[in-house]
Amino acid sequence: MLDAITGYLNSGTTPGEYGSIFWATIYILVITIGISLAVIAMNWLERKILAHMQIRLGPMRVGPHGLLQPFADALKLLIKEDIIPEEADKLVFWSAPVVVTMTAFTTFLVVPFGRTHAVTDMNIGVLFMLGISSLGVLGIIMAGWSSNSHYPLMGSLRSSAQMVSYEIAMGLAIVSAVLMTSLQTGTGTLSMIGIVEAQNAQQTWFIFKFFPLGFIAFGVFAIAMVAETNRAPFDLPEAESELVAGFHTEYSGFRWSLFFLAEYAAMLAVSSIAVTLWLGGWMRPFPNFLSGPAWETAFSFIPALALFVLAGMCLLGTVRMPKIPQMRVQTVGLGIFGTLLGLVGLVLLVPAVRERVQDIFWFVTKVAFFMYLYIWYRGTFPRYRFDQLMKVGWKVLLPIGLAVLIATAMVGLYPELAAAVVGVVQ
Amino acid sequence: MPQNYVPIFIFAFVAFLVAAGTLAIFYLIRPKNPFKTKLMPYECGITPFDSARGRYTIRFYIVAILFVVFDVETIFLFPWAVQFKLLGLFGLLEMMIFLGILIVGYIWIWKKGALEWV
Repeated sequence: MLDAITGYLNSGTTPGEYGSIFWATIYILVITIGISLAVIAMNWLERKILAHMQIRLGPMRVGPHGLLQPFADALKLLIKEDIIPEEADKLVFWSAPVVVTMTAFTTFLVVPFGRTHAVTDMNIGVLFMLGISSLGVLGIIMAGWSSNSHYPLMGSLRSSAQMVSYEIAMGLAIVSAVLMTSLQTGTGTLSMIGIVEAQNAQQTWFIFKFFPLGFIAFGVFAIAMVAETNRAPFDLPEAESELVAGFHTEYSGFRWSLFFLAEYAAMLAVSSIAVTLWLGGWMRPFPNFLSGPAWETAFSFIPALALFVLAGMCLLGTVRMPKIPQMRVQTVGLGIFGTLLGLVGLVLLVPAVRERVQDIFWFVTKVAFFMYLYIWYRGTFPRYRFDQLMKVGWKVLLPIGLAVLIATAMVGLYPELAAAVVGVVQ
Repeated sequence: MPQNYVPIFIFAFVAFLVAAGTLAIFYLIRPKNPFKTKLMPYECGITPFDSARGRYTIRFYIVAILFVVFDVETIFLFPWAVQFKLLGLFGLLEMMIFLGILIVGYIWIWKKGALEWV
């Protein structure tokens, strides 16, 4: 029993491949808690960053710099009255948020946070993620239809039309990345870990492969994924000015926050696909020409260093806090938060932890970059009109996706193709 | 390998517990004070006079049909992409013929106006 548990630690594979249900469950629980914390952090960051983009302060009252605001909101939503409209279809109304949450979380099953840090490694990983995340449309339609109200129905119809339209462009972009995995070894792979290892073997991130083809495919995906998650500037399903709140107009309290949780989890999931397919997954920058033990050691200190910088910023904020009695609690709170961050940084200096945490750090950093992009888009771009949205999906992204796919295939087979053409001409 | 697929059910169950479990636990401490006006569908303050599940524009159906066609095509591309280098020129030619037929269809629906949202 104990051997089965400890044996996994030295196996160098994922729990799913090793067949250890125990470790798979541990990973699943850690990922579930991690996503929930990430969503809470995103809630705070989004308000703060948006506020600073609009030269406002954002939440400042609950905790130092509003750090405890999302927790206060979560508590409020948990103990708020839960209204189910009289004419709603009760069972469907009840199960819609649960379905949305289940699909959004289950996609994280195959996300590779590191070579061994994924719950399982399926040989259909990318297809699994695409499939499960498009099941989310089902939950949205259920929510809109069961509410029996005009705004939710319109919102859910729009939302599903938009999601299915952009899924095609997304699929085509993914195909052209999968195609690149087969270039060196002959047979490619759909496994998320396999795709990152193919990028490692080919010594390049796929975004820079066949420049600019990889970059264009990535661009198509990056646009489609914003539309797929119903975020600004494609947030028509919840366009406040016309549809109140879209498909979740009738939802209140914790049911509403489940939709919120699922939306952010879906954003994290599609960002993970983009990072895995084009940005080298868990690989650190420049593993090819900054190689060697000296660079390895230098790069392994970066996670701790990043935390020390954050801790230093918090402590600087503590020192610069106005010295008045009303702010004393906030000052002490910020000081404690900074100290905690520093302590976590110290833990990351331990060699055994340092080696294991590197992969996760780079993966999370790349995903965090996409999360920042989402907020940035929301702060800068005006919302599209619905006909423009469909036009972009069907008439711009789809042809570009197809053209990039064909061009990638031609360039990938260039030697054979050129020889065949020369043969035909002669 | 079948053991790779077992965690799917564990994860789905954990996610179900997160959603349904939290709803069930906090059901005990939530205030419950429903009355008729509160339970009406939201209609910007107007009393709704008909069911919301009426007829809506046919465009949504067209989008759904087009989605099925193109998504099946995308799924068909995946096996070829995985074996791309192995299938070589033969696979490329076959796929170009397939995509050619598809592109002709795409141009046709564009000309027919199925992609316009009026």
